[in-house]
Amino acid sequence: MYITVNGKEMETDICSVDELCQHIGKKRDVIIINGYQTSENFKLSENDVISVIAKGVIPEQSELESMMVARHTPQVHSRVKLAKVAIAGLGGLGSNIAIMLARTGVGNLLLVDFDVVEPSNLNRQNYYISHLGLPKAVALQSQIKEINPFITVNIKTVRVEETNVVELFTGYDVICEAFDNPVAKAMLVNTVIERLKEVKIVAASGMAGYTSSNLIKTERKMKNFYICGDLENGAQIGNGLMAPRVQICAGHQANMVLRLLLGIEEV
Amino acid sequence: MKLNGQIFELNKVISLFQFLQENKYDISRIAVQLNGDIVPKATYADIILQAEDSIEVLSFVGGG
Repeated sequence: MYITVNGKEMETDICSVDELCQHIGKKRDVIIINGYQTSENFKLSENDVISVIAKGVIPEQSELESMMVARHTPQVHSRVKLAKVAIAGLGGLGSNIAIMLARTGVGNLLLVDFDVVEPSNLNRQNYYISHLGLPKAVALQSQIKEINPFITVNIKTVRVEETNVVELFTGYDVICEAFDNPVAKAMLVNTVIERLKEVKIVAASGMAGYTSSNLIKTERKMKNFYICGDLENGAQIGNGLMAPRVQICAGHQANMVLRLLLGIEEV
Repeated sequence: MKLNGQIFELNKVISLFQFLQENKYDISRIAVQLNGDIVPKATYADIILQAEDSIEVLSFVGGG
């Protein structure tokens, strides 16, 4: 039978995990079979995908990517690897969405933001003190290189406007609207729906404050238009933005993107 | 007609643009669906609302 071990396909008559580990002579700190981590001596079946990971050992480059996605549900990685997702705005929503999609292995990311990292960003956005003053797109690209070097990350330090939406986002499967400013949000959603009819957009509205997490949800407004958030709680004087609800909303957006990339259109 | 799922009485001939203004929507922060489809902003003033129309106005709030 054929099985895949640490990213390499092999033909074998080995029938259990223990035998396999003896055969390849690897320390077996972590065993993951078809996305599931186990310490049991599972019987192997045709087409099983197995990762055998020794803790504290830096794997060879050729094995690293397969180990990094070993906990993914089978088939997810190969599908998202081909996808193209653009993230418009790299603040509390966009920086966190970018990191989640990079960890998921989305193969092509476009990160767009005109701004640089400043201290008031650090309460909810995925940046460090060492990034202060750097363009957000540059800071994020450098972090993603440390998280998943196997994906392509393109960056643009420009302001997204009605006049450059088509040029920036043509050819992408999905756009995440991740702006802070409600006028920019409305502009991007309206322009994409009018002028990029083949592209799906996952937008966000309403994640300020610390009211209930459970008010944040994902809705499908139209065929290619989804919106995440509570739709009500905006940032305003006396109602700030904090990491938990902003990241919950970013998680809604990232999971909707993942679902769309896997061909699922329901929320 | 219907506005965001609720019955709304139209008592005069009115364009979508006038309707949004009279109902205090900030045009720069909204997306409008008329009978399911997004209405291009440039055409708000040309659309006369009809009794059988269903309008959804999505008002974006700030934060991200």
